[in-house]
Amino acid sequence: MEILNIAKQAILAPAGLQEQDIERVMSSLLSVPVDAADIYFQSSHYESWVMESGIIKEGSHNIEQGAGVRAVVGEKTGFAYSDKIELPVLLEAAGNVKAIVRQGQNARTAISKQAAWPRYYHSVNPLKSLADQQKVELLHKVDRETRKLDSRIEEVVISLVGLHENVLVANQDGTLAADIRPLVRMNVSVIVEDNGRREQGSMGGGGRCDYGMFVDQDKALEYGREAVRQALVNLDAVDAPAGSMTVVLGSGWPGILLHEAIGHGLEGDFNRKGTSAFSGRVGERVASDLCTVVDDGTLEGRRGSLSIDDEGTPTEKTVLIENGILKGYMQDRLNARLMGVSPTGNGRRESYAHLPMPRMTNTYMLPGPHDPEEIIRSVKKGLYAKNFGGGQVDITSGKFVFSASEAYLIEDGQLTRPVKGATLIGNGPDVLTRVSMVGTDLELDSGVGTCGKDGQSVPVGVGQPTLKVDALTVGGTSI
Amino acid sequence: MQNREEISRLENLVQSILDEAKLQGATAAEAGLSVDSGLSVTARLGDVETIEHHRDQGLGVTVYFGQRKGSASTTDLSNASIKETVTAACSFARYGSEDPYAGLPEQDWLATEFPDLDLFHPWSLAADRAIELAIACEDAARSYSTEITNSEGATVTSHQGIRVLGNSLGFLKGSESSRHSISCAVLGQRGDSMQRDYWYSVARNPDLLEAVDSIGRKAAERTVRRLQGRGLSTRQCPVLYSAEVASSLFGSLIGAISGGNLYRKSSFLLNALDTRIFPEFIHIHEQPYLVGALGSAAFDAEGVKTRARDIVAEGILKDYVLSTYSAKKLGLASTGNAGGVHNLIVDSGNDDFAGMLKKLGTGLLVTELMGQGVKMVTGDYSRGAAGFWVENGEIQYPVEEITIAGNLKDMFKNLVAVGNDVDYRGNVRTGSVLIERMSIAGE
Repeated sequence: MEILNIAKQAILAPAGLQEQDIERVMSSLLSVPVDAADIYFQSSHYESWVMESGIIKEGSHNIEQGAGVRAVVGEKTGFAYSDKIELPVLLEAAGNVKAIVRQGQNARTAISKQAAWPRYYHSVNPLKSLADQQKVELLHKVDRETRKLDSRIEEVVISLVGLHENVLVANQDGTLAADIRPLVRMNVSVIVEDNGRREQGSMGGGGRCDYGMFVDQDKALEYGREAVRQALVNLDAVDAPAGSMTVVLGSGWPGILLHEAIGHGLEGDFNRKGTSAFSGRVGERVASDLCTVVDDGTLEGRRGSLSIDDEGTPTEKTVLIENGILKGYMQDRLNARLMGVSPTGNGRRESYAHLPMPRMTNTYMLPGPHDPEEIIRSVKKGLYAKNFGGGQVDITSGKFVFSASEAYLIEDGQLTRPVKGATLIGNGPDVLTRVSMVGTDLELDSGVGTCGKDGQSVPVGVGQPTLKVDALTVGGTSI
Repeated sequence: MQNREEISRLENLVQSILDEAKLQGATAAEAGLSVDSGLSVTARLGDVETIEHHRDQGLGVTVYFGQRKGSASTTDLSNASIKETVTAACSFARYGSEDPYAGLPEQDWLATEFPDLDLFHPWSLAADRAIELAIACEDAARSYSTEITNSEGATVTSHQGIRVLGNSLGFLKGSESSRHSISCAVLGQRGDSMQRDYWYSVARNPDLLEAVDSIGRKAAERTVRRLQGRGLSTRQCPVLYSAEVASSLFGSLIGAISGGNLYRKSSFLLNALDTRIFPEFIHIHEQPYLVGALGSAAFDAEGVKTRARDIVAEGILKDYVLSTYSAKKLGLASTGNAGGVHNLIVDSGNDDFAGMLKKLGTGLLVTELMGQGVKMVTGDYSRGAAGFWVENGEIQYPVEEITIAGNLKDMFKNLVAVGNDVDYRGNVRTGSVLIERMSIAGE
């Protein structure tokens, strides 16, 4: 398979390694009775450009490469990694790792299977998709055009980052899988000032593609316009209300609700260990029957998409909640094996230096029957939250937060005043039971999400249609 | 110093990288190199769960062509890769703009004295011993109460490494440091209520780590006391931040007086220098030379000498937190804070935790904060919280699923007291903090 050859060429060839060398390391791992073992090779090139105060302030380039070696027996994992991709180092790592198992046996392995799987993005190198001069010109253009939008703009900061990653995973069953993963992101952040009051606005986008996405249809300029619009709206914002009220969440990025409120709680590791508020609840009602939520790694070119996960499992569209009923969890191989289910292609790791665990890809709710405008009209008094910053969840108690960055009061079915951002807090297992209307307008976020778990960051996507939650606590100051 | 030879070797390597940059035409350059190794072991439900062997190395190079800057980094320290990395940095510099503020620190800002701050205490910790410690820690937690029903495990980690920083002004310094930790997280259950909490200890010297059974017990105690938390109705009341969450308030202060946020005008404390931002009794200072402390350093990430200094005295903001670039941008001198502050100390009052609860009287004790919810440009503050409702200085019951909100400018001004129940574990050392009034949103 072509991908496999490209990845081998990128990772193994410079280190002078052959497929037989991988087999030797794997054989060493399998010289003790393990349930699973893998070797993960990664080579990534990352670049970042920052424009600030109208000048290119910083450009940087980062090369990261290495290999992680893992052996699993029962619930026990041995793990070692190195940024030197050299046979003696890998064999030493394998020696350290298999200390997790105490008795020996003899086994040999050969790489026999080279699985085929669909791909959801192209093997492009985004870093090379524009000449450096063109990247600089793009940044200047966005800066210039954004500054023209309003005289109250004080500062514009633009970042452009690109990642080109080659991944090779060898498994104990003799499978060798590879992936080539492009990832780009652009962000525009502005500060506006009016009569001594300052506000910030920020917008960005990206995906698993090349820089062309920012150039096509002037997408990059759209980020600038949107950042300025948000900042200006916030200049007029009054104190946010405090207390429990009806909240209408906008489509797209507000889908971070799903990520925090239920997504993490449905990751296989927490559920295998019984530490999640959702543990043991498959088959139960956890949402109103309007709600169907999926985690989908197979969307073309999306930030959270993966052709294979970091354990070599092809990704899927996994139904988490169907018409309100909890259907299943997101699994990596270890937790799937221990729970007696199939892996779902959610085994992800930040890099070779981190252990894989169940993580989300693109998590979103399917559209419902309601016209978005009708949803807002149906609210006598409440909050419409259009944009959000980050969120967090305590998966054991189920409590989650996410912070609105652009919100409006709804009074008698009309959006009236913009209010300051506020944190919303709720309880994961019951927030979706209070969803009484779901819009027809499913939208995915623009491609900027990063999820943190156990100190590991991975790119993810979220999405949803406009939703009405009958009661959610809004953490404003106006009582 | 145990590895003088290895440090010399890495110092020579950094010098050769600086030479290579010069060879490729850079007018100035800075290089930082780190080599770390470590072990991390987790035990769960009485048995080992993971053993991780860590080995990391990295090189970062920044070059200047006049006033143009470029950077590059790599984890591959082979000669070929180092050369490529320098070339990549140089190529970025060519596309950078002329920036009048770009450049290395001024020569006389650089550190010239390097006192031994006692930051290196390797721990010859075998995996088997680490497993024993982790199991003992978790056992102490699980045996604390029958309400402790599950566990996320206990983790023992040990890390040590060498860092070398050099620049073309002649600064070249390698140093060793270590960092060890033990942590434990357990779950409790009572009726339908399931809660998780944790405790940890971290130190440069393994002998100074808290005993494993004490860490386990505290993790369990903190978990059990949260069970069957209730909501609160929406109200305004005084709020006491326990010491371990109070440090975040001063983290926000540091963010607001950091050069980057100041010159971008994205701080709620613009033009606040020499003005009163706290009540008169508040004294906050930076102490980079504390022996053995986690935040100690004789120089910052650019080689600039760190200084013991007041940041807030008698409630008045006395100084900013600046790197070379942000200092030049503001027309000031670097304060030695590239990479952050080095041991921020908030002076305590006379009250211990019980005394602080008395001072709170009737109000909210916050022991956990959730989410980001701090807007640096305006100071608007709204975060998820959990803790305890307190009446007449006595803890009544746990509370959860609430938010606390206000504006940091007002919160700082309305700070009532700082306890002497200091949390020494982090880079910010403070006791519990009482704030006169905040908005609580709940049921």
